[in-house]
Amino acid sequence: MNNVFVYIEIGEQNKVADVSLELLTKGRKLATQLGVELECICIGSKLDGIETQVMPYGVDKVHVFDDARLFPYTSLPHTAAVVNLFKEENPQICLMGATVIGRDLGPRVSSALHSGLTADCTQLEIDGFDMKVKEGDTFVEKHYDNQLMQIRPAFGGSIIATIVNPEHRPQMATVRDGVMKKEILDVNYKGQVIKHNPADYIDDAAYVVKVLERHVEEAKHNLKGANIVVAGGYGVGSKEGFEQLFQLAHELHAEVGASRAAVDAGWVDHDRQIGQTGVTVRPKVYIACGISGAIQHIAGMKESGIIISINNDPNAPINQIADYNIQGNIEEVVPKLIKYYKANSK
Amino acid sequence: MLKIIVLAKQVPDTHNVGPEAMTPEGTVNRAALPTVFNPEDLNALEQALRLKEQVPGSTITMLTMGLPKAAEVLREGVYRGADEGILLTDRALGGADTLATSYSLAQAIRKVGDYDIILCGRQAIDGDTAQVGPQVAEKLGLPQITYTEEILSCENGKIVARRHIDGGVETVEGPLPIVVTVNGSAAPCRVRNVKRVMANKHKEFTTWGAADIDADPMQIGKAGSPTNVKTVKSIVFKAKETKQLTASDEDINNLMKELIESNTIG
Repeated sequence: MNNVFVYIEIGEQNKVADVSLELLTKGRKLATQLGVELECICIGSKLDGIETQVMPYGVDKVHVFDDARLFPYTSLPHTAAVVNLFKEENPQICLMGATVIGRDLGPRVSSALHSGLTADCTQLEIDGFDMKVKEGDTFVEKHYDNQLMQIRPAFGGSIIATIVNPEHRPQMATVRDGVMKKEILDVNYKGQVIKHNPADYIDDAAYVVKVLERHVEEAKHNLKGANIVVAGGYGVGSKEGFEQLFQLAHELHAEVGASRAAVDAGWVDHDRQIGQTGVTVRPKVYIACGISGAIQHIAGMKESGIIISINNDPNAPINQIADYNIQGNIEEVVPKLIKYYKANSK
Repeated sequence: MLKIIVLAKQVPDTHNVGPEAMTPEGTVNRAALPTVFNPEDLNALEQALRLKEQVPGSTITMLTMGLPKAAEVLREGVYRGADEGILLTDRALGGADTLATSYSLAQAIRKVGDYDIILCGRQAIDGDTAQVGPQVAEKLGLPQITYTEEILSCENGKIVARRHIDGGVETVEGPLPIVVTVNGSAAPCRVRNVKRVMANKHKEFTTWGAADIDADPMQIGKAGSPTNVKTVKSIVFKAKETKQLTASDEDINNLMKELIESNTIG
């Protein structure tokens, strides 16, 4: 009872999504700090052995719901399994990926249980605080211990808000892929596997939405995990301009990212967008080419080690957080970087 | 004939934070941002208008919750082809988080009573939470299709839609009534129709308060919101020590040399 739960997202060939493993890593830390257990929920089809993917992250209990109709994901059956399990288990915290699935499922669960849900958290911490609460007609100062601090950017990244929901359980939060770190706790960690009968939790009537056709591609790049990112913005000027960035990235064994403006202009694929509504990256080196640095973009890359900005606008906001600011045109500077690197790399 | 409800929200334009909205301390002055029709709600309206064309006799009712000024999105919706608008406004509904908002909207939809499809944008740009659509669906006990890119057909009580999923797309079929949230990658909304603008400049919209939708006081506004904002911190862009370089061969070669020698790259 009152444990920390993580909803596990299960993809093609029953591979657990990275974001779920990242959340287990965070969930383990929160559970340890609270002195409770870490549990997770696996819902899908042919899940025998699924626990081997999650246990090493320190999971004490793995709840399994296995039915051919539970993959691919549809909203109502997964909602019913989670909601009805939570009614029995009363978790104090529930974490989900801020993915298409997590953002489809989380709000339904919170709506059914009347619990608070904070989307797209960038930090999660345990802390105590005082808050004025209404009791009858008067306000009284109340102290709360061991609460989940749900920290997220808001208003297009211009503010950081700390959200709490002290009077409702579970405290629910979603976190984007790549925001938390994934770390195996112990390869031999032994937890318990609990196989539930899906029919006890999910009414047949819940299977009303049918997936007629599905097309999923393996990610074409590893932007999230790249050590070096070459990112382009509106200042790159064209699709051809991006070809140069791809060349530089190829030489440096880097990945190419982009700002929303460059994606909207159609110069580069949507899945390469970096920022609050795209991918969060924290590479060792971030080379920003022709990116002005809207706050939404900076929110997704400010943790980068070394930031190099190439821009002909000396007043571009990104220059303020850059370690190096090369004032110049992309088409002039990028070939020079390539040329020097080709001649001098070890 | 389809009865369609489109949920829309008037939001501060957080996608276009210009220098005029920045304070001298480097934070965003939210009051200085103009308000706009939430962009993805316009994508939702377009899907509704297409359904109306496919199924003659269908009606589109816009529903918004907000300050009285939010009636502007109802009018904009009617200019573009919606039939009616309902404004849900009441001080008692203010300060609501997504859950209290969805309860209030669900109560208003119950009062409308007769509906086949509830369409709304995937998310609003002031919060980016994507919660209200699914929360409304759960409150009404309806199925949902989120992240919709296109409604492919709607016949015999079934809707077929193509939706975005992580790493791909899928086509799903669901029964009416249903909640459909529409992605920004869906077709953009058509522009205003001049005749409709002329005819509806002074159109009156139905206005409801908390009492009209039979709202439980404990489920609306601040009281109905499980989440509390504990603290808000404005982001300040702190200038770093930045090395200024030119595009000269010397500056660039020195930088690359430094990065290679320190094993930062290479």
